[in-house]
Amino acid sequence: MSPSPAPRPDHQQAAADDPAVARALARTPAQAFRHGMIQSVPLMIVVVPFALLFGIVALEAGMDIAQVMGFSVLVLAGASQFTAVQLLSDHAPVLIVILSGLAVNLRMAMYSASLVPWLREATGSQKALIAYALIDQSYALSIQHYEKHPRLSLRQRLAYFAGVAVAMCVPWIVASWVGATVGQAIPEGIALDFAMPITFLAMIAPMLRTVAHLAACFVAIVAALALAGLPSGLGLLIAAPLGMATGAIVETWMERKGDGR
Amino acid sequence: MNGGVSDLTVWFVIIVLGIGTFLIRWSFLGALGDRPLPGWVLRMLRYTPVAVLPALVAPLVMWPEATQGQPDPARLSAAAATLLVGVLSKNVILAILAGGITLFGMLYVLG
Repeated sequence: MSPSPAPRPDHQQAAADDPAVARALARTPAQAFRHGMIQSVPLMIVVVPFALLFGIVALEAGMDIAQVMGFSVLVLAGASQFTAVQLLSDHAPVLIVILSGLAVNLRMAMYSASLVPWLREATGSQKALIAYALIDQSYALSIQHYEKHPRLSLRQRLAYFAGVAVAMCVPWIVASWVGATVGQAIPEGIALDFAMPITFLAMIAPMLRTVAHLAACFVAIVAALALAGLPSGLGLLIAAPLGMATGAIVETWMERKGDGR
Repeated sequence: MNGGVSDLTVWFVIIVLGIGTFLIRWSFLGALGDRPLPGWVLRMLRYTPVAVLPALVAPLVMWPEATQGQPDPARLSAAAATLLVGVLSKNVILAILAGGITLFGMLYVLG
């Protein structure tokens, strides 16, 4: 997650005697693409049910299938899609829907920055395609791969990213469609209203790794509850920055105390 | 879309969100290059999801629309189960399952 990882010399030292590294360097782009796809399989198990749920929940919130697909193809960002659908069904003002949906995606600017040292030589259209498919999973797998094998050629790096991106994004889009289609068959009266909150909570829980994350989360919750009386969505717009600032302050404070995270 | 939000509004949100998200992802790769981010910006970015999502979800858990805004034991326990399993297992899907099972179990038990 560090923003600009310079290729580290110690990795190159280790390269000579690690067979996995030698294999990675010997791959043709087609093999690197396949390797990326294969390494994506465990993450696909998370992506598919999540996308199914998005399709179902968005349909429940009143979207039609075209709109569900619009979200999954054009936005292609789970948390942000869920956020927008939730706020739309709350009748929040459009500006607040968009700001909140974008806020959830701001972390991707970090991903973008941290890929620059590895993909700086790519062409403009390659970079645009990478940007389109830059989701949590494609970022996490690629950056791990690049840092582990710093001597890969640009073509190998691009092919690996493409393999991961196809294996992650295509199932996301297809499963959203399946969710929206199957969702029409779910009878009324089942408590689907709570699918969205449960999904959000499940996404939040693994993020609570440090004291700073816990503090950010806690302040955001307290502020959101305290401001719940404000017009729809406005409380969120105040509570979220308060939580973010708390996280940043606690992180600085913890670092100064010397024990970091 | 029903419920008073027009189709046009939904499409407007989808398209603006799509373009905005693309620009966020493209920012450094495509335009800003190696420019280092100031430390405080990085710190704030790190905490966006963990601040935005809880702020969004907290009122939904406390005052669910399905119960006309009354706190509901089934939904509160489902939320607690989701969080607990999520924190312990770090597994999103397991956490969702735990929440779902708790919700339907409690709704069934409480009638």
